[in-house]
Amino acid sequence: MPRVDVALEVQGIVKRFGDREALRGVSFAAAPGEQVAVIGPNGAGKTTLLSILAGIARPDEGEVRQPNGGEVGWVPQQAALYRRLSVAENLLLFARLEGHEDPRASTEQMLELCGLGERRDEIVARLSGGNQQRINIAIGLLSRPVVLLLDEPSVGLDPRQRARLWEFVSALADNGTTVIFSTHDIQEAERYGQRLLVLADGESLFDGSADALREAVRREAPEAADRDFETAFVAYLHHRGH
Amino acid sequence: MRWLLLKDLQILRRSPLQAALLILYPVLIAVLVGFAISRSPEKPRVAFLNEVPSGARVNVGGQKLPALNVEGRICRRVECVKVKDREEAEAEVSSGSVLAALILPANLVDKINSLSTLTPGTPKVEVMVNEEDPVRAELVNDRITTLLAQANLAVARRIAGEGSRYLDLLINGGQFEVIGQSIQILGLRATAQILEALQPALPAGSLRNSLREVTGFAQQARDNLDVAGPLIDRVAQPIQVEKQVVSGSAPPLEIFAIAVAATLTLAFVTVLLVAGSLALEREENAFPRLTRGLVSPLALLGEKVLLGVAVGLVVTLLMLAGLQIFVPLDWGRFGLWLLAIVAGGAALAAAGAALGAIAREVRAVSLLAFMVTLPVAFLSLVPSGAVGSGLSEAIDVVTALFPFKPALEAMTAALDSAGPSIGGPLLHLAILIVAYGLVARLGLRRFATV
Repeated sequence: MPRVDVALEVQGIVKRFGDREALRGVSFAAAPGEQVAVIGPNGAGKTTLLSILAGIARPDEGEVRQPNGGEVGWVPQQAALYRRLSVAENLLLFARLEGHEDPRASTEQMLELCGLGERRDEIVARLSGGNQQRINIAIGLLSRPVVLLLDEPSVGLDPRQRARLWEFVSALADNGTTVIFSTHDIQEAERYGQRLLVLADGESLFDGSADALREAVRREAPEAADRDFETAFVAYLHHRGH
Repeated sequence: MRWLLLKDLQILRRSPLQAALLILYPVLIAVLVGFAISRSPEKPRVAFLNEVPSGARVNVGGQKLPALNVEGRICRRVECVKVKDREEAEAEVSSGSVLAALILPANLVDKINSLSTLTPGTPKVEVMVNEEDPVRAELVNDRITTLLAQANLAVARRIAGEGSRYLDLLINGGQFEVIGQSIQILGLRATAQILEALQPALPAGSLRNSLREVTGFAQQARDNLDVAGPLIDRVAQPIQVEKQVVSGSAPPLEIFAIAVAATLTLAFVTVLLVAGSLALEREENAFPRLTRGLVSPLALLGEKVLLGVAVGLVVTLLMLAGLQIFVPLDWGRFGLWLLAIVAGGAALAAAGAALGAIAREVRAVSLLAFMVTLPVAFLSLVPSGAVGSGLSEAIDVVTALFPFKPALEAMTAALDSAGPSIGGPLLHLAILIVAYGLVARLGLRRFATV
């Protein structure tokens, strides 16, 4: 019997690049409609983990399971779309490649979803980074995923664009899509991540809510517990030897 | 695959410079090659100063030879720019308006005539060249050397001809003009006959024996000198060329030029387009997204090769149609043209895909494609035997590993009805398609590296 409360489950993932272990036995699970933030310093293994979840890289050990099946959508950090094609042409191409029965209808649906209907015929290269990222996500959604992976989706966006992006992503989660995103922005993780997965040097240090992380800081680094979340997080990492 | 192909054509259409180049390049090549093969080579411009007095003649044995018309002979082979004096000749060369100046000095004929005296001189013509451009200087040297060799040959033939005439006079007798007077020469043949007739009139004894000896000598001299005539003729051009083709049938020059132009166009269009298009998939970060289950890497490679073949076919046919204006082509062989273009294009596109998969970045790919295609195309045009055997074998190996040469051979065979079979080059191209396809597939493994 599949567990209806788990959309994606990761067990003991290990990934090596030569002698270096990029991931060391990472495990976690995500529920339908849950927003999971993967955070950690540079080189922690965030992108490697998302690449394995997306099926682009293979783990050396461990497994990724989807008890309820369904597609996993992947939105890479760099917008993966054709900059010389228009917004609609990009969506239509990927809808066709996904094998949609009516790719034009799917394109219209995605244009409405990402709010770029009026700019459908604009060449992507002329759009702002934020709008390009919205198309990037819309393409990721064309496979109608039950789990959406976002690799640092807000990098390079201004505050207004970030707000619109998260409004868009939260709406997806509200409709039942599990969203797993990596980010460097701790405030963003605290605000939009219902659960935080803290990675450092390929090791999973923490898996829980932002409040639980602050409690952990209070226990392990009480001097930083009442500071802002980012300072508390840095103190936590420091206390853990990272 | 068709949607990816459509996408690539849309991207191509969105790049006006790239699209314009794809159309203008073959048209430009067609016009250049068309002009080059439809017009006879231009005669080089040479300043010409003839200081030889108009009545001067070459003498042989005190007899003046007919005029050699050296000026006429030279000016048939080069475009003569007549100049008044040496200063003008030098100025023309310095300014670059002529390739060289050729001066026949006033004493040229006297020096030639001195060759048959006890104090022979050295006849010389003067040449002025501007050697700022080594290629032009080499061209002038070659042309002047050829002209002088032809002039020497003409003089030698005239002298040999006159020598033969005098020899004939000596053997057979006849009229001989000297200082305005005609002299009857008896000749060895008649001398021997007269002496033979006189013999019976003499009493037997030593005088009669001596006359018999003189008669015998006259007959021997006549017989031997008969052989000398053809020998003198041979002296003018002792070595002659007898050409025998033992292997290969060279296509007509214009067909070969068209095949080279068409293959060069096909090579650059397909290699650059396919390599760039594949690298663009990575640069746009689309490759991992595509190969997550939407398209297999092999299908993606197939699509790129198809793109290269389709565009290469259109561009090459456009170029051949342009060349038709200058040179009539045998459109009855159109099927073979298509076969050669498709097979050559596919092999070149596979090589482009391999380059694109290895270099990965669009700029690096463009540079690499040029750096590989241009020298290989150049090496493929080096005729065997033009370089040392070791180097020739190395060139053969290099050119066999890249599809340009077999594509050129296939194109030549398709264009030339009297040429060799197209089968060999097609088999060679098929092997290269598989080999480069494998290299490209292996290269794509690194494409997915995150």
